[in-house]
Amino acid sequence: MSSEGSYYVPAQSKLPIFASLGLFLTVFGAANWLNGNDTGPTILFCGGLLFAFVLWQWFSAVITENLQGMNSDQLKRSYVWGMGWFIFSEVMFFAAFFGALFYIRNFAIPWLGGEGDKGIANEFLWQGFEATWPLMTTPDMAVNGDAAKVLGPEQSMSFGTVDSIWSWLPFWNTMVLMTSSVTVHMAHSALKNANRKGFNIWLGITVALGFIFLVLQVEEYMEAYLHMGLTLESGAYGTTFFMLTGFHGAHVTLGTFMLLVMFLRSVIKGHFKHEDCFGFEAASWYWHFVDVVWVGLFIFVYVLG
Amino acid sequence: MAHGPAKGISRWLFTTNHKDIGTMYLWFSFAMFLLGGVFALVIRAELFEPGLQIVEPAFFNQMTTMHGLVMVFGAVMPAFVGLANWLIPMMIGAPDMALPRMNNWSFWILPFAFAMLASTLLMEGGAPNFGWTFYAPLSTTYAPPSVTFFIFAVHIMGASSIMGAINIIATILNMRAPGMTLMKMPLFVWTWLITAYLLIAVMPVLAGVVTMMLMDIHFNTSFFDAAGGGDPVLFQHVFWFFGHPEVYIMILPAFGVVSQIIPTFARKPLFGYASMVYATSSIAFLSFIVWAHHMFTVGMPVAGELFFMYATMLIAVPTGVKVFNWITTMFRGSMTFETPMLFSVAFVILFTIGGFSGLMLAIAPADFQYHDTYFVVAHFHYVLVPGAIFSITAAVYYWLPKWCGNMYNETMGKTHFWMAFIGLNLTFFPMHFVGLAGMPRRIPDYALQFADFNMIASMGAFLFGAAQILFLFNVIATIRGGKKATDEVWENPEGLEWTVPSPAPYHTFSVPPEVK
Repeated sequence: MSSEGSYYVPAQSKLPIFASLGLFLTVFGAANWLNGNDTGPTILFCGGLLFAFVLWQWFSAVITENLQGMNSDQLKRSYVWGMGWFIFSEVMFFAAFFGALFYIRNFAIPWLGGEGDKGIANEFLWQGFEATWPLMTTPDMAVNGDAAKVLGPEQSMSFGTVDSIWSWLPFWNTMVLMTSSVTVHMAHSALKNANRKGFNIWLGITVALGFIFLVLQVEEYMEAYLHMGLTLESGAYGTTFFMLTGFHGAHVTLGTFMLLVMFLRSVIKGHFKHEDCFGFEAASWYWHFVDVVWVGLFIFVYVLG
Repeated sequence: MAHGPAKGISRWLFTTNHKDIGTMYLWFSFAMFLLGGVFALVIRAELFEPGLQIVEPAFFNQMTTMHGLVMVFGAVMPAFVGLANWLIPMMIGAPDMALPRMNNWSFWILPFAFAMLASTLLMEGGAPNFGWTFYAPLSTTYAPPSVTFFIFAVHIMGASSIMGAINIIATILNMRAPGMTLMKMPLFVWTWLITAYLLIAVMPVLAGVVTMMLMDIHFNTSFFDAAGGGDPVLFQHVFWFFGHPEVYIMILPAFGVVSQIIPTFARKPLFGYASMVYATSSIAFLSFIVWAHHMFTVGMPVAGELFFMYATMLIAVPTGVKVFNWITTMFRGSMTFETPMLFSVAFVILFTIGGFSGLMLAIAPADFQYHDTYFVVAHFHYVLVPGAIFSITAAVYYWLPKWCGNMYNETMGKTHFWMAFIGLNLTFFPMHFVGLAGMPRRIPDYALQFADFNMIASMGAFLFGAAQILFLFNVIATIRGGKKATDEVWENPEGLEWTVPSPAPYHTFSVPPEVK
């Protein structure tokens, strides 16, 4: 709590209304596309473009205002609160999917397999289905055999034996992301010591690590789809595997992009001073957040998978 | 910084002013209230007599669904955000919301989202028809194609809510005037702080559950499909993990509003301020661990039924604290009954009725009888209509003179109150009886023995609807003219908002006031 006496209330702005329009066209186009309307992709593309353009303008405006010294310490604290609570909302979004994984593994599948009072469904609907995780044989396969529509994967992504850990991709992915959390912290420390060169190098390494992680993820997905018979449609295992890792991957993509922008701002424009670097700090918090989510994924999806 | 509002439409499209944005939220909410009200009246017209006479059953399902969605997400939630926008900066001595441009964005997403949602009525296959709770597989395997538009509408209105909530938290935590410590904040601000926290915690979960639906519908995933190892009941767990805190999102700011109004007209300070704060926090905490009381009949293990039953009953304790405090505030006060007070007193009484029926529903074995009957409909309409809607109405009458500088017409206000009060009780009280006797909800026809009560309910609904037209007329008349309001408006009301002129200038507290 504090007050500097004069708070900067920005003048009228065209940004919000166009951001709303862009966001609306994006989702409206996406919905049309999914429903098989030919105009969908065009609307989605135009909406996305408009939205991206408005966000570009918006961030530019905020950066410019800051450089012109219009942002009081109080406003900067508002930005800090804003980013913090935004990350909390993201945590809750992932919580929904982790919760779904927990429920499916610990309740739904054992019940389908005949456990407890609720296991009566096994006797009447899914006779012959046995509860396992990773779920390789779906209830549909257990009952309908070759006529089944929902097929399980041929192989899962779970942890094999201890000797094979060096050739296990998720292990390397974990190493890459954990390292990147350290390097982004090193970048922050360098900036705090007014070491521009160190900042640029450590931040550049972080962006590269983010990029490497994404390449490895693509590699893993290709392996899954091409050789392991593991797809989004492979029953509850494929569903939870791809939705959790997929949303995480999307967040890593966004985080890498944010850090890349910060890198370019520093290298090209010389932005960020040791006491004024909120844009970078926000991106780095976001980066730590996607790392923490990965640790959860690594444990619950891969190791205990 | 601009010193006054811009001219013409651009004032509203491009504004960064919390008062303008609050006004837009409130008008938007009222428009949605009328739209959702029309849907409700279609339902009540069909249920006026047994048999099918006005609409097709398929359309009836769309009406129950759209009524719920529009009222929850379009009427109640934006109304409270509108009140927050208008009042929180003035109550804490801040010049505006913490993030004014994002504030405008939060608002302008809503008209787009609801235009998209409403447009589903015209789509092939019709609007969503699976109830506002959109249980899978009704909302996935058996849903009309328009469900995709519904999902994306929910996504963007969720984004709007999250941004609005972030803004409110940042404003409250960061923009208070010197001396305005947390425990000096008006209760409306406190309840909104906790509500905003709930919003940020659960709107992403709603986004998650509609995303799972989207994937099941269009990408053949198995979240809610037992054939693939999923479970339709998973939908209900995730949905109600959002849904239960959501009902507190719709009532906590209402608690805040009546906690502002009752002391003014009882001419006594609020009894038990600190306990109000702690009770609100307890309710918020408990809201996260009671969700499955909506699902007692779905086939949960007994341990689950017991846990959720007892946890739910616990909510009666902090809620009881609040009701006790409101009554004790009025006890031996010099009470007068202007329109805001009438609505607030009715709130205390009728919300408590809704609370008691909630306690009945919390008892798991009894709920097996009540589940999916009109008793449930009666229960949640008693907490939402005389709860949320009455408190919003009370707030509008209470602060309108501050907003526009004119007094509303008291006679018309009181007429509005009595029409609404009689109308809603006629509508919803008989639903307790038909529900206990077994009339199922969401069905366009019913057995003959329910005919009389349903006819009464339908007449009450139209009376309640007519009352809102009077409200609209009164508000417009007040904005256009009327007796000038003083700065204090009421007799010694408490709060910084009463220290500024009426109407409140476009910018207030550019220099923060000192709070003792």
